[in-house]
Amino acid sequence: MSAVLKPKPNYIVCDGNEAAAWAVSLSQVDMVAVYPITPQSSLVEYLAKFIADGRLGAEIVDVEGEHSVLSVLQGATLAGARTYTASCGPGLAFMFEPYMRTPGMRLPMVMTIVTRDTLTPQSVWGGHQDAMSVREVGWIQIYCENLQEILDTTIMAYRIAEHHDVMLPVNVCHDGNYLSFATGRLELPEAAEVAEFLGTRDVNWHVALDPERPMAVDPLTGGAGGPGPALFVRYRKGQCQGMQNSLAVIEEVHADWARRFGRYHAPLVEAYRMDDAELALVTLGSMTGAAKDAVDAARARGQKVGLAKVKTYRPFPAKKLAEILSPVKAVAVVDRSVSFGWNCGPLFQDTLAALQASNIPAMSCIGGLAGADITIAHFAVAIEACAELARTRTPVDTLWLNEHD
Amino acid sequence: MIELRIHGRGGQGAVLAGNILAAAMALEGRHVVAIPSFGFERRGAPVASFLRFDTREIRQFTNIYAPDCVLCIDPTVGRAVNVFEGIKDDAVWVQTTAKPLPELQFSEKIATVGLCDAVAIARDIFGRSITNTIMLGAFARTTGYVSLAALRAATEESAFRDAGLKQNLEGLARGYEETVVHHIERRVAA
Repeated sequence: MSAVLKPKPNYIVCDGNEAAAWAVSLSQVDMVAVYPITPQSSLVEYLAKFIADGRLGAEIVDVEGEHSVLSVLQGATLAGARTYTASCGPGLAFMFEPYMRTPGMRLPMVMTIVTRDTLTPQSVWGGHQDAMSVREVGWIQIYCENLQEILDTTIMAYRIAEHHDVMLPVNVCHDGNYLSFATGRLELPEAAEVAEFLGTRDVNWHVALDPERPMAVDPLTGGAGGPGPALFVRYRKGQCQGMQNSLAVIEEVHADWARRFGRYHAPLVEAYRMDDAELALVTLGSMTGAAKDAVDAARARGQKVGLAKVKTYRPFPAKKLAEILSPVKAVAVVDRSVSFGWNCGPLFQDTLAALQASNIPAMSCIGGLAGADITIAHFAVAIEACAELARTRTPVDTLWLNEHD
Repeated sequence: MIELRIHGRGGQGAVLAGNILAAAMALEGRHVVAIPSFGFERRGAPVASFLRFDTREIRQFTNIYAPDCVLCIDPTVGRAVNVFEGIKDDAVWVQTTAKPLPELQFSEKIATVGLCDAVAIARDIFGRSITNTIMLGAFARTTGYVSLAALRAATEESAFRDAGLKQNLEGLARGYEETVVHHIERRVAA
């Protein structure tokens, strides 16, 4: 009698924060430590609910602040547990000491950054400034474009982090407000298939708190004499190598995800309508959807424009990006944060470095700070500026997209 | 693609309404994305939420500036904000009000109006003016963009903070039944 068609059981309708919580639940983590902060709060509330409902059999530790969040999880990972947390903005700042130490200890944690602009000026809204501020700390950083990508990437992050050639923590970044609170339909993979995809956890084979194999964890190294300098270099080089190794692992994991679950997300950089493109936008995160629509509109007007979306930001996929951008006459990079040192966007700097062997002119656009919107109209302005740059080949100042909103 | 903007006041459930509507539309096989606007929301302050739906994938995660439809779940929020801002030609307006159409002022671009005295219905059902599910019924009646059956199914799956499911289902049905739809002849040639 009912006219309602029940959806397949593998569809859910939820927001970005809940999508991340579903992914954590499907990844069967052992321990979660949390401290709520806007716009991440509902994510950890969903996790607490999933654990209370018995859907996720993890231990949850409600600690007194983010410094303890990561300290608890370091201990848990050293004891062999798969772990998770999420934070952003001021919470991430308070977490910084153990955050900085995690990649050096080669602990394969997964942590979501529900990205938020940094204080001050006072603001509680989205922007990439928090994640960008920690881009050189040694965590892998992957940015999501939409709700499905949050769910899929958060699960994939465990396999990337725990890969023996990598053994590094991963930040899965999703945009505060525009993704954290956006609601849509997404496909939910089967728990058994996710378990098979992730395989057996083996996270402390190299460093452990384990009475059966006692070892000194993170002893003093470095200095100017004895074995210190060479040992320190060995650790650092190993960490750098792990980051570089992750590029191939990230590609391999995305390919396997597509084989098993039928959804392929470009792992490092996605090329959109780049085949005969003369102009290119470079984007990061949830802004990309509107940018693709703006590209389609410009194409309909006869402009040969394409787009490169950076998904994996750290390590930076320089080779891949340079290859995708190689045919164009000019590039406009859109950042949702600023580089205070260079008066431009940080992704712009990375793009310049990737393009150093070419003579393609590039410009920096900055938009979407502190919750501001980057609409199709803003991207149309960026495309126009890029076309002008292709004509003049004269360096231009940073274009602040929301300056006159 | 159809773009809807929902106006209300903090505490009335404008954001939850957007999410229930999104779930109902997903049930009917549409692509849909709902995004709440954000501010320092507090009870009584004007709030908005945005919803796009289409037969193809929706890629934009942005606010809505030129809606095809405005759903207003509060009788007086139109005094605090211009609910018709940026509205497209031949737009739809669904409004909670106790007033008849001739006593209302609205944009010349509106072609269809759905009026529902949701505050009176809410007082009747909930004992206070929580109008969100009632106005979803009004939206379904006015636009036909979503079926009452899908809204019922989506409502049944929602967790309500402070009112029961049975009451919300009743609100949905009464909102649907008690809405009066007017088709406006264009008063001004473009």
